[in-house]
Amino acid sequence: MDIFSDIATIREDLLSGRVTVTERIGAVFEHVDRVEPRLHSFLSMNREGALEAADAIDQSIRAGRDPGVLAGVPVAVKDNLATRGLRTTAASKMLEGYVPVYDSHVVEQLRDSGALIVGKTNMDEFAMGSSTENSAFGVTGNPWDAQRVPGGSSGGTAAAVGSGQACIGLGSDTGGSIRQPAALCGIVGLKPTWGRVSRYGLIAFASSLDQVGPMTRTVRDCAQLLQVIAGYDSRDSTCVDLPVPDYLEALDGDIKGLRIGVPAEYFGDGIDPEVDAAVRTALQQLVDAGAHLESISLAHTPYCLSAYYLIAPAEASSNLARYDGVRYGLRVDDEDVNAMITKTRAAGFGPEVKRRIMLGTYALSAGYYDAFYGTAQRVRTLVRQDIVDTLKTVDVIATPTSPVPACNHGERTSDPLAMYLMDICTISANLAGVPALSQLCGFTRSGLPIGLQFLGRPFDEEQLLRVAHAYESRTDWHQRRPAEVAGDKP
Amino acid sequence: MSDTQSHISIDDVARIARLARLALTEAEQEAMVGQLNDILESMSVLRTLDVSDVEPTAHVAPIPTPLRPDVVRESLSSSEALQEAPQKADTSFVVPKIVG
Amino acid sequence: MIRGYEPVIGLEVHCQLSTQSKLFCGCSTEFGVPPNHSTCPVCLALPGVLPVLNEQVLRYAIRVGAALGCRIRTTSRFARKNYFYPDLPKGYQISQFDEPILEGGEVVIDLDGQTKSIPLTRIHIEEDAGKSIHLGDRNESHVDYNRTGIPLIEIVSEPALASSNEVVAYLKEIRNIVRYLNICDGHMEQGSFRCDANVSVRPVGQTELGTRAELKNLNSFNFVKRAVDYEIERQIDVIESGEAVVQETRLWDERANRSRSMRGKEEAHDYRYFPDPDLLPIQVSDALIQSEKESLPELPRARRERYVGVLELTQYDADVLTGDKSLSDFFEAVCREGASPKLAANWVQGELLGRLNADGKSIEQTPVAAEDLAIVLARIHAGRISGKQAKKVFQSVYDGMDVHAALDVVGEQLTDSSAVVTIINQILDSHPGEVSTYLSGKTKVLGFFVGQVMGATQGKANPAMVNEHLREQLEERRST
Repeated sequence: MDIFSDIATIREDLLSGRVTVTERIGAVFEHVDRVEPRLHSFLSMNREGALEAADAIDQSIRAGRDPGVLAGVPVAVKDNLATRGLRTTAASKMLEGYVPVYDSHVVEQLRDSGALIVGKTNMDEFAMGSSTENSAFGVTGNPWDAQRVPGGSSGGTAAAVGSGQACIGLGSDTGGSIRQPAALCGIVGLKPTWGRVSRYGLIAFASSLDQVGPMTRTVRDCAQLLQVIAGYDSRDSTCVDLPVPDYLEALDGDIKGLRIGVPAEYFGDGIDPEVDAAVRTALQQLVDAGAHLESISLAHTPYCLSAYYLIAPAEASSNLARYDGVRYGLRVDDEDVNAMITKTRAAGFGPEVKRRIMLGTYALSAGYYDAFYGTAQRVRTLVRQDIVDTLKTVDVIATPTSPVPACNHGERTSDPLAMYLMDICTISANLAGVPALSQLCGFTRSGLPIGLQFLGRPFDEEQLLRVAHAYESRTDWHQRRPAEVAGDKP
Repeated sequence: MSDTQSHISIDDVARIARLARLALTEAEQEAMVGQLNDILESMSVLRTLDVSDVEPTAHVAPIPTPLRPDVVRESLSSSEALQEAPQKADTSFVVPKIVG
Repeated sequence: MIRGYEPVIGLEVHCQLSTQSKLFCGCSTEFGVPPNHSTCPVCLALPGVLPVLNEQVLRYAIRVGAALGCRIRTTSRFARKNYFYPDLPKGYQISQFDEPILEGGEVVIDLDGQTKSIPLTRIHIEEDAGKSIHLGDRNESHVDYNRTGIPLIEIVSEPALASSNEVVAYLKEIRNIVRYLNICDGHMEQGSFRCDANVSVRPVGQTELGTRAELKNLNSFNFVKRAVDYEIERQIDVIESGEAVVQETRLWDERANRSRSMRGKEEAHDYRYFPDPDLLPIQVSDALIQSEKESLPELPRARRERYVGVLELTQYDADVLTGDKSLSDFFEAVCREGASPKLAANWVQGELLGRLNADGKSIEQTPVAAEDLAIVLARIHAGRISGKQAKKVFQSVYDGMDVHAALDVVGEQLTDSSAVVTIINQILDSHPGEVSTYLSGKTKVLGFFVGQVMGATQGKANPAMVNEHLREQLEERRST
């Protein structure tokens, strides 16, 4: 039994009886226990729940019933997605012991499909960060080099999937938080179109930018997981009621004539030369497969970072106002409620969260709204227009996912601005609300993964999956295993 | 601390911290002044753009807000509602006294 | 004008909309539920939840906009009003700011025979907060989120009211209108109808507005009147003493009969309004607007005008009856059963309201059904019972008796002329002295005879007929 099996193999194994669901999940937990001391991908484990569910599925299969489409597939869930009965902390002291009384929509979908939740994964606190170093509960290691960061904010899920601790995972992406860790950990990460997947149960960071999405080792698994979580949910007013296409059917390899836009602003200065080279090589391979490259310009790229770092903190400052020690979470007691709230929030939030709340509060405050938040929202219109207009003349836009490969722990933590620069390639997709996917396209000389990103038209995840699948099927990057953990396979 | 243009003063920081209900120590406030000024300075590029006749984007989804029928749905039991309460009395949430 | 100053008052009225479920979640809006029994992840603001708009709220808002002549925005937005308070679980209230659903409009009031139009600035939708109860002895507060998320509309007037009387007339008219529209039950004591007043004064002739103070905690029309009067005087005193009025919020203290400044206890609020990213723009279709406009019920003003113009009631009666929709509906039900409007108006205001008020009951709790009252009034109109008899019947029915049984007890009025004349002659025969007194010109003694006849007929004779026949019979004896 291969700890790195994909969804199809897991399904074959369990339907044929070769590996039962219970056997597999048992092996997974053993693997998790071996790898955790080095990686610390998880904040809490779901041993009992997973074993119970596994047993039920095995019985169901023996009784001849069709198990769900993800039956027995081990999944890692980012700890900002509410899971009923399972601690959900958003990697914050504020929610250290908090147990939700309800499931988020995507978790309901997972449970219904038969997937087994392995555990809740580490992340940057309240999804604010690009390295998972802003977690209140320790850092996570990169499966390819445990001294390095897995990226963020969905670093725990990326590490878990990249190291085989789970087959698939859910992350969330506000400025790149699925794609960037996917790139740094050598896996596939997809940020769906805003409104494609329900945010009900996702602990909000910046509502107009947040999306939940799949993180997997292969494009096929990504398509399969997206199929399960995408679609209308009446509990999220921003979730669009559009039919969900068959994403697996999009994996037809047909990219002849595909027009790939290459924006000048995303290459050159500010991009690590090895990253630049790997991405260009990958694009050339797509040309060999019949695609066309076109030079394009996304003129408002220089303004993206600033617009994002005004909009996201502003919305966050409001979304995090509910953490006041009154109904749940941490409370630091005091004489009067104002003092209690103020002290609770000071004790419960880490420095990056506080910084963004302050920045956001300032950007919205009286007299500053027009200059900051108002301006950023207008810049956003221009960024979105650039992308949507460009996607009329090309089918997808290709860029590096992260400007640099994984850095060492502690390398960028003293300078917030240096950390923010990790998002320069991913932010525009969130501002524009368009779908974007990252996949592995090579390694640095020191063996660190490099990610290739595609942006697509709104609600056209199929196109992204198609081109990514076409690239993946012509390469074998995705078959490599991190040496540090591969040696541990049973 | 950088010597860039000063956008925010220590008084601003104190005022914003009050608005945001964050008790910052003096040291934290000092550090915050520098960090916020650096961040705001990095955004000065926005001032070079004329966006006066551009509409702001509040939402990137192409639809109006959906409506829900006026039908009562089951509420949580009061014990579920209070399950995570730091302090409760009977079925009420308890907080230190509210002044003013 | 007061002491050379002109009061300038603007009101913000909050009406709780009488929907089944809350504004953004499906929790019941039922009143009087034990604390936190009507909450869910959404209205408790648990991590990860999202709001979904109740369509009935939108309909009610459009209805009130149509009734008050507002401009209805086809696209409006929700905004977050950010502030911290334990009864505000999200740390922000979902309200409307830049693009409210309704703008403009007016409320027309009548006061001392004058009609005045009070222009409105806007009306918008927002959610209510929860309730906190302060336990002073234990230095703690208890919070209940049952009312969190109840839908409200806020009606904001221009600063166009000039006296506390106008304020009360305005409030009463709005309350009446929202009850007629069936969108709010208007209970000030229960908190479903609340108001804050912005009061300022300026020397007569000055066009610039003075600094205003906001008055809160005005829980009845009486409180409102007293608080506004107090505030006007207070501000004049401040100005006359050479000081400046401070812009502040003041709470009305009913027991002390004064307002108290909240200054110092609350810093200036910076609400940091921005469009709520969790709620997309509200689109209102022309079809919806048309449907609400077409189904508007008759409003109080129109009803008053009809009562005076068509039913020929007095203005006073019209005002009283239309002052409460239930009362007016009851009155109309009585008329529908065939009673004459004037008679119905008298009885509803007189006998019925008299008993109800004495018992502390509202018209909704009337033990006398409209059909029953109509039956009684029909008997009076037909002359089959006297007014006095009718009152007896009414009281019996009020106290629980079936109306037909009560009518039987009282019996029919004696309308048979010959029987009455016979009784009259019997009495005249037995009182020759009084007959002479009458015939000598002292006609006052007629009352004595009337009393005797009424006694002999156990009050069943029709008094008018008795009078008429008595005079006739007495005149006949003159000639003998």
